[in-house]
Amino acid sequence: MKKLMTGNEAIARGVYEAGCTVAAAYPGTPSTEILENVAKYEGIYSEWSPNEKVALEVASGASIAGARSLAAMKHVGLNVAADPFFTMAYEGVNGGFVIVTADDPGTHSSQNEQDNRYYAPHAKVILIEPADSQECKDFVKNAFELSEKYDSPVLLRVTTRICHSKGLVELGEREEVGVKEYKKDTKKYAMTPANAKVRHIIVEEKLNKLREYTNSCPLNRIEWGDKKIGIITSGISYQHSKEVFGENASYLKLGLTYPLPNEMILKFAQTVDEVYIVEENDPYLESYIKSLGIDCKGKELIPICGELNPGIIKNAFFPEEKAEAYEAEIKVPSRPPVLCAGCPHRGLFYALSKYKDIVVSGDIGCYTLGLMPPLSVTDSVICMGASISAGIGFEKAFMQGGTKKKVFSCIGDSTFFHSGITGLIDAVYNKSKISIVIMDNRITAMTGHQENPGTGKTLRGEETTIIDIEKIVVAVGIKQENIRTVDPYNLEETQRAVKEAYEAQEPFVIITKRPCALIKKVQKARTGIYCVFDDEKCKKCKACLKIGCPAISFKGGQITIDGDMCNGCGICQQVCKFNAITKVGE
Amino acid sequence: MTKALLLVGVGGQGTILASKILSEGLVKLGYDVKMSEIHGMAQRGGSVTTQIKFGKKVYSPVIGVAEADAIVAFEKVEAARYLYQLKKGGTLVINDHEIYPLPVLTGQEEYPGDINENLQKQVEKVKVLNANKIAEGLGNTKAQNIVLLGTVIKALGLEELDWIAVLKEYIPPKFYELNIKALEAGMSL
Repeated sequence: MKKLMTGNEAIARGVYEAGCTVAAAYPGTPSTEILENVAKYEGIYSEWSPNEKVALEVASGASIAGARSLAAMKHVGLNVAADPFFTMAYEGVNGGFVIVTADDPGTHSSQNEQDNRYYAPHAKVILIEPADSQECKDFVKNAFELSEKYDSPVLLRVTTRICHSKGLVELGEREEVGVKEYKKDTKKYAMTPANAKVRHIIVEEKLNKLREYTNSCPLNRIEWGDKKIGIITSGISYQHSKEVFGENASYLKLGLTYPLPNEMILKFAQTVDEVYIVEENDPYLESYIKSLGIDCKGKELIPICGELNPGIIKNAFFPEEKAEAYEAEIKVPSRPPVLCAGCPHRGLFYALSKYKDIVVSGDIGCYTLGLMPPLSVTDSVICMGASISAGIGFEKAFMQGGTKKKVFSCIGDSTFFHSGITGLIDAVYNKSKISIVIMDNRITAMTGHQENPGTGKTLRGEETTIIDIEKIVVAVGIKQENIRTVDPYNLEETQRAVKEAYEAQEPFVIITKRPCALIKKVQKARTGIYCVFDDEKCKKCKACLKIGCPAISFKGGQITIDGDMCNGCGICQQVCKFNAITKVGE
Repeated sequence: MTKALLLVGVGGQGTILASKILSEGLVKLGYDVKMSEIHGMAQRGGSVTTQIKFGKKVYSPVIGVAEADAIVAFEKVEAARYLYQLKKGGTLVINDHEIYPLPVLTGQEEYPGDINENLQKQVEKVKVLNANKIAEGLGNTKAQNIVLLGTVIKALGLEELDWIAVLKEYIPPKFYELNIKALEAGMSL
């Protein structure tokens, strides 16, 4: 049976068919749907871990214990999980161990464009790159087999266009491999310096065997066409190349990309007239192939930055054939992402926007949008959890330089559990005077509403203990008098807490607690509640436009509120000094 | 020959659901199909696109400059934004519906007033309809995406398939009636 599946759905199917029994992940675009789909299959324990390091460690332990295990994450997630990742290369596996890294060329939904293929040679693990949904499923199964055969974790690298593109997939049956027996073996699984010395030698021996094997590995294949042009490529770049050149080129299509197949590459290069490397982002293949002494072209033609597509390849190779395109003769307004109508983050950002001598250290999530106009509150965004720790750095530097600015750190609930807690500990331990806002919208929102340790539900929908953010804050040592829990729909309460935080001389925490407006239950409960606008009372001061709500517009000299979009959060009503806005339906 | 179809709109308009139904139908018609969507940050009221390619064998899921055989714009200004991806001689379907982006709402940028006329001047094959009004008339403006789906099916000449059966795989039974009507309305235009 063939089914139309995204790459992520196909990876999940492969995980199921391979008999995997333990899977863990932290949500992150474009990887999120892998675990969401794995969780739908019977026979696999699957969890949302608090962060990627935890996910990779859960899967590591499960592999050592004998289960075929999976950890999935977005590219920057592997940075968080890099520590166990590197050492697991030394420890090897018992049950097969596959780590998925979902890279994001074009930064559709990420803070950088890192090319995670480099992690494979750096950590000395096997690297596999599927090029479509069918290969996603098949290669996952190959990955588990290779992992067990070579006693090594396998890194399966996909990209946004692989993850989120649908293609036809032939489904198979699940292989019931069970869980292998666990035998205590501290020389292999307890990585002390003495053991590591020995294991490093074993890793190098394994790699040498893999260097032999990769030349005959069916994941690497040559497709002969016209031999004037020889293209060496992998992943989605293969599809783009094939579309452009069709039969007018020969291809060395690489699926096992670490270690790379020297003999195969040399043979291919000798048979074709000219060698071109077509790859997205960094010259990972090119650098290696050039090191073999092969004369080839790559990054002279194909850009390092941004997402690749057939058009870019076409223009690089055949600039004279540039297709004529239509050009709109009108000025198209920009459409940046915005905080939704009714977003609970709006009240807090509005309150912060009134202070001009503050710095706001932001974080990763919907609330990153606090940096967008008209709120324009946020100063910096680095990575998951950095809001608090970087905020401490801001504050210490301002202190050293004599700058009088108050520092606020804004972090979401899921991000706080991910890696904000350690920053909070630092703030208390090192007597920082920052004010921290934990924007608790009761869900992991940006990636599409995943459960997290604060929601009381697991990935599989089971009830569980709700981790109480306020209790963590108290336990870490923030004084009770320096904690405020507020409803961000209540602007007065929120503004009061922000004022106290602004004046505080000790670490101060505000928890804004209000579920995301897009949660289905919330939407249902608020159906029929919306704000209406009275033009007679309106003085055209436009204060309501300063909250950046997409439901409020100023058309033809008049304010209007889109009642369909509005959920009656009432922030605009509280901002209006002339009582021109009223709420109905409550 | 591979055909490329681009659906463009604003987060929350249901472009992805329409694309899924269309792709599934194309598979049933015996085509190799690739559908690509981008979501994440852009979902939050931003500009969204899904790309569908179908034919005997499809390689790249991505549509580049001047490569789309047809563009369906769920929102008017998005038609202008992605016009550069339309192949010369390709078909442009425009939903005559405006969703103001935030910079327009707050008065920093202007929403152009003459989009349809302007695009019609340049592009030969343009079809303008107000799917939101049609869907509203059928009982719920949210079914505008299915109206547009019907329009695309007709524009691509794919009416021979039992699209209602495909539609039913993706929609809860309580919305069957509305969406079947929406599909038929779109296909009859």
